[in-house]
Amino acid sequence: MMFAVAAIAVLIALSLALARAFLGPTVFDRVLAANTVGTGAMLLLAVVSFLGGRPEFIDLAIVYGFLNVIGTIAVLKYFRYGSLGEPGAGGEERQW
Amino acid sequence: MVAGAVDVLSWASLVGGGVFCVIGGVGLIRMPDFYTRTHAAGVTDTLGAGLLLLGLMLQAGLSLVTVKLVMLGLLIFFTSPTATHALARAAMVRGIKPLLRDGGQEPSKP
Amino acid sequence: MYALSSFLVLFGFWLLLSGYFTPFLVSMGAAAAIAVVALAHRMNVVDHEGHPVHLGWRVIGYWSWLGKEIAKSAWDVSKIIVNPRLPISPMLVRVKTTQKTTVGVVTYANSITLTPGTISVEVSNEEILVHALTRSSAKALLEGEMDRRVTHFEGAS
Repeated sequence: MMFAVAAIAVLIALSLALARAFLGPTVFDRVLAANTVGTGAMLLLAVVSFLGGRPEFIDLAIVYGFLNVIGTIAVLKYFRYGSLGEPGAGGEERQW
Repeated sequence: MVAGAVDVLSWASLVGGGVFCVIGGVGLIRMPDFYTRTHAAGVTDTLGAGLLLLGLMLQAGLSLVTVKLVMLGLLIFFTSPTATHALARAAMVRGIKPLLRDGGQEPSKP
Repeated sequence: MYALSSFLVLFGFWLLLSGYFTPFLVSMGAAAAIAVVALAHRMNVVDHEGHPVHLGWRVIGYWSWLGKEIAKSAWDVSKIIVNPRLPISPMLVRVKTTQKTTVGVVTYANSITLTPGTISVEVSNEEILVHALTRSSAKALLEGEMDRRVTHFEGAS
């Protein structure tokens, strides 16, 4: 019962974040919303693992968390440099 | 008796975590510009996630599942500020101007 | 030295994740951990920065203080969000950093971002450009308690 309440709350938060991803005027709003959706998905997976009594889902949540942050950074890097192959740090903009 | 107390605590933190997640989502919709929205997302990432995971940990008791939940919490704890900082910095480099104080007062009028 | 402790940490992580202890699976885990350490060695990231064991037990004191701060400021930001008038006064401030090492500065910047109501926008060696949601959150940061605590946490490393 309590897991169902938590799952519904996370689902509401997810749909609000999706709405922001849809509305967002700039690309950064959309990436921020996607990041929040990723966090929400991790939490939802953790809650669902208790809801269904299947603890394997928590491993999926951990993997999703790693994918989430790497995906966010990769998208940002792509928008900044136009490619993923260039070295981000140590260029002329970052001195240290 | 102890089990009942743990149940009540985990109920409370699950519901609290859910409420903070929804508040973060509402903030994501209501805030007027990009930089203020990142603050709202921070509420979901920190207090919402933390309370939800705490409630789940209380339900799981001392087991491998709790260890994994702690790992999940640490993962969010380390990666979410990095991603937020990268976003804010990229937006600043792109030249998106933050809404500053004078402009910030404007949406507060009804 | 760092390679050995990295290997131990990675292998422990693997064991915790898997939860199975048959010889075949454990040897696969050891092989994976060795492969990761070898890759990290090739990338030159096996050093005291990637593996800050020297911080030791001060981590616990600092994290408990940080957790309390996060809860307090998340509560403040939530009250602002549910307030129908949305009383925000966003501003940009520069805070000085007094940390000596890169790890210290990064810890400070991450702590600023992790606390709802303030995000670090640009980080350099001497100062951090911070976007604050309200005037009071900016003022709380400029008082510099977090800076002092991070410098103490970083210690004489």
